[in-house]
Amino acid sequence: MAKLLTTEQMAEFANSGCLFFDELIDERTNKEFLDDIGHTDIDEVDSVQDYYRNIKATSSIPRIPAGTKLKDAYPKGSPLEKIFSHEVVDGAIKSLVGSNTIIDHQFLHITFPTKYFKQANQRQMSQQNHQDSTIDPRSTFDVQLFYFPTEVTKAMGGTRYHPGTHLRIVNEFGIAKYQNILGQKSIVCKPGTIGIFHSGLWHGAGVNFSENIRYMFKVRLQPTEKQELLWDPEKKYQPLPNRALYWTDERKDKTINDILMRSYPWQEADTNRLDKINVVKFWRLLTGHKKMDVDYWLTRIENELY
Amino acid sequence: MAKRQKVLVLYLKLPSLEGEVISWATFDGTGKKLHMTGDSDEPPYPTGLDALLDGWRLFQASQAIPEHPGQEFRTSYLKHEFFFEKLEEGDF
Repeated sequence: MAKLLTTEQMAEFANSGCLFFDELIDERTNKEFLDDIGHTDIDEVDSVQDYYRNIKATSSIPRIPAGTKLKDAYPKGSPLEKIFSHEVVDGAIKSLVGSNTIIDHQFLHITFPTKYFKQANQRQMSQQNHQDSTIDPRSTFDVQLFYFPTEVTKAMGGTRYHPGTHLRIVNEFGIAKYQNILGQKSIVCKPGTIGIFHSGLWHGAGVNFSENIRYMFKVRLQPTEKQELLWDPEKKYQPLPNRALYWTDERKDKTINDILMRSYPWQEADTNRLDKINVVKFWRLLTGHKKMDVDYWLTRIENELY
Repeated sequence: MAKRQKVLVLYLKLPSLEGEVISWATFDGTGKKLHMTGDSDEPPYPTGLDALLDGWRLFQASQAIPEHPGQEFRTSYLKHEFFFEKLEEGDF
């Protein structure tokens, strides 16, 4: 039975562009996945190309034509089929991209440690910031689901990401010149963690300074239906009434509007307000409440009298 | 003695050098240090003005471009970009 996301989790996704489920996948399935791909010690790896070739030749990860339904994608009983069948993973996917989601692409990202680059006499560099995969002006959004089969320590340079950037429309590596962005985060997690990114979220792979290989299995999923109240089939969600602005009442409990209106340290003073407006517009699409507002951002400028 | 250029790019919270640094990049033409994406979580200076006070010379700043009609709410790249340089002499 799929465990759909809560309204609070959806608001978190709408505002930050990401959700995480720590240690969700059990140890046995993580081990099955690692055994299936032939995980080994870095000393056993001669070249990146050979390592990938071997995984492609022997693992149960199938070649999946773009546009294939997720439910038909993975062999029954395979580690990936078990992961996507997990009630929380299944529920999150159904909440964000619906019950008939299709696969855009998948990839097993492998980041090799310093030792490998020294042996190969290559410069070890991080991946620059980027947004997958090309300029995307749609209101519809895809998600990228990440699975981490091993622990990822800080030294392993887990995926760097920038919460709240998902609604900024840029062209892939057009953001590569931003080496560091205030509030940047890296995924440091326990084995079996699942992360879900809005396809617009800015990110990049970090440098692996540890002794071990880092893995991240990624699948990009597309919806085939309108992404409206997919997490709330009984349509219980109702927008909250207006509240006082600036001269505020701190005695009131925090609501999901506080989640939706969260700011980030990298946002410019002026554009931060547009970022909030875009979160409200995104929330209108997600909830189907086409006139709803938070903190009057859109109501104020929709009052056109001429 | 040869001269080499070090470039510091700061993205500020405001279109004024008084604005706080929200993003930064460094490219070191002396070859002494290799900077890369994600290599520091703390900005090198609190504001653009602090970079000037430390001897960085501003050589380019982003223009203020009015939003396209109909696209006023579209957000994209970081807006307030400032390029600084320092020239360093040495045997490179």
